[in-house]
Amino acid sequence: MISASAFFFYLFSAILLASAAAVVTSRNPVHAVLFLILAFFNAAGLFLLAGAEFLAMILLIVYVGAVAVLFLFVVMMLDVDFVQLREGVQKYAPVGAAVGAVLFGELWAVVLGWQVSPGADSLQGSPTPANMDNTHALGQVLYTDYVYLFQVSSLILLVAMIGAIVLTHRRREGTRRQNITMQQTRSVRDTLETLQVRMGAGVQELGILRPRPRAEPAEEEPRHEHAAGDH
Amino acid sequence: MHDFFFNTLVGHVLLVMGETLAVLVPVLMLMAYSTYFERKALGAFQLRRGPNRVGPFGLTQPFADAVKLLFKETIIPAGANRLLFLMAPAITFVLACMAWAVIPTFDGGAVADINVGILYLFAISSLGVYGIVVAGWASNSKYAFLGALRSAAQMISYEVSIGFVLVCVILCAGSLNLNDIVRAQKNLWYCVPLFPMFVVFLVSMLAETNRAPFDLPEGESEIVAGFFVEYSSMAFGLFFLGEYTNMLLMSALASILFLGGWQAPFGLSFIPGVVWLLLKICMFMFFYFWVRATFPRYRYDQLMRLGWKVFLPLSLGWVVVTAGFLEVFHMLPGESM
Repeated sequence: MISASAFFFYLFSAILLASAAAVVTSRNPVHAVLFLILAFFNAAGLFLLAGAEFLAMILLIVYVGAVAVLFLFVVMMLDVDFVQLREGVQKYAPVGAAVGAVLFGELWAVVLGWQVSPGADSLQGSPTPANMDNTHALGQVLYTDYVYLFQVSSLILLVAMIGAIVLTHRRREGTRRQNITMQQTRSVRDTLETLQVRMGAGVQELGILRPRPRAEPAEEEPRHEHAAGDH
Repeated sequence: MHDFFFNTLVGHVLLVMGETLAVLVPVLMLMAYSTYFERKALGAFQLRRGPNRVGPFGLTQPFADAVKLLFKETIIPAGANRLLFLMAPAITFVLACMAWAVIPTFDGGAVADINVGILYLFAISSLGVYGIVVAGWASNSKYAFLGALRSAAQMISYEVSIGFVLVCVILCAGSLNLNDIVRAQKNLWYCVPLFPMFVVFLVSMLAETNRAPFDLPEGESEIVAGFFVEYSSMAFGLFFLGEYTNMLLMSALASILFLGGWQAPFGLSFIPGVVWLLLKICMFMFFYFWVRATFPRYRYDQLMRLGWKVFLPLSLGWVVVTAGFLEVFHMLPGESM
């Protein structure tokens, strides 16, 4: 009888491989993303079995909880036309095959020329100290030995984020924006006015026209009109 | 007997199943009665009586509702994706129940007292959005889809600030284990030193569970009922169960992070920790109902503004302030004081 951890290892690996295959073969893109999520889950399970509980949880939070949601979001909104897609396949297949062949050749060259450097074994070790859990050990390595690399990687992410915002941000003309400071600093005096109206005369002789005349020039706008504006 | 439960595989599985039931059955009972209590509370807020027909004081109303839902017909709309349509409510409910595995009910007590408990909770609560998004897409209905999109954007936005609030608490406690976080609040509950984060968390938890005043995903005046408009019968019932279980979960999380979980206040430690935790959870549930009865629904752009332009800078700044304070005064956990 195999041990429980071996059983779960083979279970998670089998589902992981099957769902990864389903990601690329399923016809419906939404199903593909859902299979991708299943694959992430099983990868998290494998991390747990390897004793890397922090990585497992971060994988779930970052990839399943944020990245895959946005993926799903986009895929659901796209209306993929399969007929058009298949026509495209025939047209672009030679180009794609050529690019693939070049990449494959390059990778092959790399693999052939690659060898393990003789001193690599000694560089490998940051074993988890016996008296602390995985998360603490990871933090100690990351924020002491590799603190500059960590900072650089976060800076790269920051630059990428700012770049994405700058590229996509545009201020559209004609949209009304809410200015909360302006709304809150308005006082009663700015919006309300008490007037003495002569009995039976109406408000016309005070220069207030009601109903508001159409197609009048802007300067003859009624005085208390701005009371209703701005929200 | 002890040997059977702790040293054999079958015994261990039986033990864990027993523990799980011991947590989930009270949670589901609490959930059922929180619907009753919500209607009673709303009734009182609006000078009505609330449910009072079924049983004494209407106390069996939740069961009457459950039976009604069970006997209704499950309708699957034409053009819907059958499998995903039926899976979505199950995802919501199962996720809401899974998270309870790490909630400590007394010192050292949780079904799974794991080292990364708080990350586990955060991961599970960020998965909750899938039930809603899948439901919206599989329904093949515009209203449901719009509700799902709103919900996805809203939950992701507020998770960001919840994440920073969690970082503040973790910085103070020095552990990702929920029991350690509760133990670290022995002398001072975190709602005092981290009061701004407590407020941010309270508001974000309303948005995270899609409750009033942030219940835009189901805004019935604009998009009928949002993501579950096509659901009927027990499929709808599971969404309902999931929503209330999630509310209870966020209440439990708020009491663990800021009100000392099972710690007793004023030295009243002769009353067991479970009772204190339950009292704190009930307090937060009342907060949910109170807010629902008090505030009108937010507009969507205001919701996004609050999340990204107010809470995100505030919580990010507070992380820096907390870290700086702890470093300067040598109060970082693990450092000798």
